[in-house]
Amino acid sequence: VNHIVHNGGLYKRPFNEAFEETPMLVAVLTYVGYGVLTLFGYLRDFMRQWKIEKCQNATEREEQKDFVPLYQDFENFYNRNLYMRIRDSWNRPICSVPGARVDMMERVSHDYNWTFTYTGRVIKDIINMGSYNYLGFAQNAGVCQEAAAKVLSQYGAGVCSTRQEMGNLDKHEELEKLVARFLGVESAMAYGMGFATNSMNIPALVGKGCLILSDELNHASLVLGARLSGATIRIFKHNNMQSLEKLLKDAIVHGQPRTRRPWKKILILVEGIYSMEGSIVRLPEVIALKKKYKTYLYLDEAHSIGALGPSGRGVVDYFGLNPEDVDVMMGTFTKSFGAAGGYIGGKKELIDYLRTYSHSAVYATSMSPPVMEQIITSIKCIMGEDGTTVGRARVQQLAENTRYFRRRLKEMGFIIYGNEDSPVVPLMLYMPAKIGAFGREMLKRNIGVVVVGFPATPIIESRARFCLSAAHTKEMLDTALKEVNEVGDLLQLKYSRHRLVPLLDRPFDETTYEETED
Amino acid sequence: MDVKSTKNYLYWLFCQFELITCSYLMEPWEKVLFYTFNLTLVLTLFYTTYIFVSVQLSSALHFLWPFPGPQHGNPSSVVK
Repeated sequence: VNHIVHNGGLYKRPFNEAFEETPMLVAVLTYVGYGVLTLFGYLRDFMRQWKIEKCQNATEREEQKDFVPLYQDFENFYNRNLYMRIRDSWNRPICSVPGARVDMMERVSHDYNWTFTYTGRVIKDIINMGSYNYLGFAQNAGVCQEAAAKVLSQYGAGVCSTRQEMGNLDKHEELEKLVARFLGVESAMAYGMGFATNSMNIPALVGKGCLILSDELNHASLVLGARLSGATIRIFKHNNMQSLEKLLKDAIVHGQPRTRRPWKKILILVEGIYSMEGSIVRLPEVIALKKKYKTYLYLDEAHSIGALGPSGRGVVDYFGLNPEDVDVMMGTFTKSFGAAGGYIGGKKELIDYLRTYSHSAVYATSMSPPVMEQIITSIKCIMGEDGTTVGRARVQQLAENTRYFRRRLKEMGFIIYGNEDSPVVPLMLYMPAKIGAFGREMLKRNIGVVVVGFPATPIIESRARFCLSAAHTKEMLDTALKEVNEVGDLLQLKYSRHRLVPLLDRPFDETTYEETED
Repeated sequence: MDVKSTKNYLYWLFCQFELITCSYLMEPWEKVLFYTFNLTLVLTLFYTTYIFVSVQLSSALHFLWPFPGPQHGNPSSVVK
């Protein structure tokens, strides 16, 4: 059954998004598992305090035992009792370029993950399902690498200054003009770090007396930028346009909380693809709401630029909308372009203002020239300006890989969240022991996956996140699917009962606001 | 070999139990502690079931059919 949304002609293509409900038995058993681990956590803490067991985590010094305790909150408890047990699934050291296949250094732990030692062996050719390598530009050979090497020998690696002082190279100008042309906006500005792009530029755009409406599941960089700015923040439910409209109506009607004055600016913060859910923002509806209520839109395309759309230009291209409707288009070069850094695109006045007032422009070192050349070459490849059809082929390969992989996983019976077209595929695990078990079993079968638990996700909804790439061939995907099937049978992960929660598409009124499912 | 597949199936069930109760993640001494506690709980449950349910069952039968066959020594006479 396809839950197709045709919302008065706003959508030119079907929007298939599904989040299957957690089966009740699985939720109960997950809580049982966490309960057992919590009890054992208390036991171990007791033993550590009474010196029955050696304390290997950080504690206060003897003289500081009477001060305000530092490590008593839930996060530290979780860290030393639950996270430590499965810590070997994270921070795995890789020692080759993170392409479709990667080499990893083997490590063992003799004291249950408190310390690791390297055996010296390198596990070769692991199928990489965890790197954000959507278009396969993470390569150490090819056109991009040669261009970057040439620029490295010409400019060196460091810039040794900020953009406003002596760090504004001609390469920066070239890159920004190219990015603006790629996105279809008037002007763009590039920064050295994607996280810093969000957290340092939102304070420059809004301040006290402004309102920020931010999605429930926004990334930490957006949340940090919103909090630093000092504006009032209101959260709407994830991808829920009824919730957003209610907040907008309340904001326009009631104004600021005490004085009832109108808000100076209302900014809606959304992301193109949400990396933990694999869902795509309902951009046509957001833009319609933005125009109706005269607010501004900040779109963070960290995961969707290059990965969505028939020509790889992101979520605006995917829905066939006008890029001038989005006021601030932000994105990163880390995911699809194989480099590092972020950009903001928009009208010329906006970007000129940011060049002067953004913290990142004033204080952060500029981007390194070889990194910029990698971005320039990869953007030209995607646009087709280097004379080949490699870029177009990669975008199409990624779309095919996405559809194939998602379809096969759903057929096998796993619970997969998110939109049909998003290259981020979260596979639900739920139980804490299965998080560690899944990571280890997949590594035994030579496949590297990223597993995610609390605090990045809600505590019972832990998941394994696959990031597909245009560099994955069909054989690699088939191998990976075969192993996932095996591990799924071994660990009993096929929870799906093929009962999808219907998307809330009926007319919204006060009584139905709180329900998200029937 | 039916015995082998039964053994494999039982081992798989045991693995599922380990995963669900997170004893897969515990150190060996923690596992010993956990399994001892569980086993004690289960055995106490069986013992209680055996004592009380048999008493209830025989008194229920006497209530429903007050004239049974040859009289048995009543185990409930011990429990007063």
